[in-house]
Amino acid sequence: MTRYILRRLLLMPFLVLGIVTLAFLLTTVTKGDPLTAIVSERQMNNPEVVAAAKARWGLDRSLPERYVIYVGNLLQGDMGTSFITRRPVAQDILYRLPATMELVISAMIIGTAMGITLGVLAAYYRNTAVDHVARLFALFGSSVPVFWLGLVLLYVFSVQWGVLPGPGRVDARLTLPPAVTGFITIDALIAGDFAVLVNALWHLILPAFVLGWAVAGTISRLVRANMLEVLSREFILTARAKGAGELRVVFRHALRNTLVPTLTVIGYSFAYLLTGAVLTETIFSWPGMGSYVVDAARGLDFPAIIGVTIVGGMVFLITNLLTDIAYVMANPRVRLS
Amino acid sequence: MVAVPAPRFRRPRWLSIPMGIGLAVVGFWLLATVLAPVMTMYDPLDLVGRRLQAPSWEHWLGTDTLGRDVLSRTLHGARNSLPIAVIVVALAVIIGGGLGAISGYVGGWIGAAIMRLVDITLSFPPMLLAMAVAASLGPGLQNATVAMVIVWWPVYARLMRAQVLEVREREHVEAAVVAGASESRILFKHILPLCWTPMLVNATMDLGQVILLAASLSFIGLGATPPTPEWGAMISDGASQFYSWWVAFAPGAAILTIVLGFNFIGDGLHDYFDPRSK
Repeated sequence: MTRYILRRLLLMPFLVLGIVTLAFLLTTVTKGDPLTAIVSERQMNNPEVVAAAKARWGLDRSLPERYVIYVGNLLQGDMGTSFITRRPVAQDILYRLPATMELVISAMIIGTAMGITLGVLAAYYRNTAVDHVARLFALFGSSVPVFWLGLVLLYVFSVQWGVLPGPGRVDARLTLPPAVTGFITIDALIAGDFAVLVNALWHLILPAFVLGWAVAGTISRLVRANMLEVLSREFILTARAKGAGELRVVFRHALRNTLVPTLTVIGYSFAYLLTGAVLTETIFSWPGMGSYVVDAARGLDFPAIIGVTIVGGMVFLITNLLTDIAYVMANPRVRLS
Repeated sequence: MVAVPAPRFRRPRWLSIPMGIGLAVVGFWLLATVLAPVMTMYDPLDLVGRRLQAPSWEHWLGTDTLGRDVLSRTLHGARNSLPIAVIVVALAVIIGGGLGAISGYVGGWIGAAIMRLVDITLSFPPMLLAMAVAASLGPGLQNATVAMVIVWWPVYARLMRAQVLEVREREHVEAAVVAGASESRILFKHILPLCWTPMLVNATMDLGQVILLAASLSFIGLGATPPTPEWGAMISDGASQFYSWWVAFAPGAAILTIVLGFNFIGDGLHDYFDPRSK
């Protein structure tokens, strides 16, 4: 097992370099002229301004040159300067990452809870109405466009009924606690500001639910399949014969035996959460990486696009690695071989 | 007297209830793809009435921010989304399947190189990669299509490779080798025909996922350009008109139903080919 983990770790730098190279290449084989993002339209005919802008942003150098410079800077944590915000991309991303993480982690908690509940119910009441409803509910979550679901729920719960707050992380009237982690909920807890904490949690409900529902489908499908398999095993019969209650049979005996694959699918759903976050953030005016990259894509802000793509790829790579390692460690059959 | 039961329609095994629903829904949208101009009274691009009218007898689903008929635009939206989904999945299956088969059957450094490219491409969250490619190619449905193929082919390469590796070890292949069949004959006659089932199930479900991704790209302004009637772009248009819910409602419902439809069909196919999992 140590050899497996070592091999995976040794492979990492190459994958990271691959990610960087691919992200860099994809955004340079471009038809859209990044100059339009930097130079105003009127100045485009002024060769001096254009040349100055090219020199300023390094666009006058050759592609290999730019690549070497980019990778060199990247090693020092420098991802270039955003055309739009005119700030270092790395700084922008660091500033916006906590908002995305807060949303994604909340969504993961909701999605996992929903997915496991639905999966267990569906498997236990196999082929009954409960099973069908649970499966339909799960399928709905993975079929609905998150940006549309977000709109619909905002309209119903915020505009029509007024029970949940509108877009944003907290009400604008509140003053934020000093940023320690960047997670507003945790920062509020540290500062002991319960008004902000409650408000932030209320604001999290809708976007986290929308995003969580999307992964609940995948999780519940897998939990159901595994539960069905486990529930038909002999040790379940034994447990029942010994007089164990149904709740105990389901949760202590059956569910525990499905945890390894469940853990794996939760780890992998991270990619979908990141993907979904891009769209959810746009709808909920969530100031995270998603809305940042959408603005960047609309404005041909290539340093920002490459930066977010690379960070997204790295986050994805690391979660997948951790998931794989957790899987190997938790699975005795793989562990021993 | 013995009552003779009336001969009744026996449902073939492949036609489960979800499968039936899925086929009906997808069938409806297929119909819309072909017949949208005949099914609607208004041209999807014409300004046919006042702006932002609520649903009424004249405009069943209301009018949008420019006064175009939402129903007509929604039905015409199928003419963009469905063909794009088919093209993307078909290209992904051909490119990915081909490279996966080469990687699995030929192996060697070519096979390894292909799989490393697959690994790297799959290291990106799909939406981010699609956005980066679409942004650098510029807006437009064609460029979005290219971006989605780039994101999607590795999935099929991995799937095909796994299949080929598995089937290659079976006895009938060994028998063919012993019988002196040529390499290409073994690959095309003895291995590939057994590999397409999981590809088919996957492809059906992916049709829905591609429609979702295409709509997402258009929603953030990287796919369809105005005034194309495209579902994602229509929702984006409606998102700015919060109190006129009908502008965004219909296109979203269209995406939801068609993706559900493809998922139902995919599930049905899955259960049919692998009854144990039911």
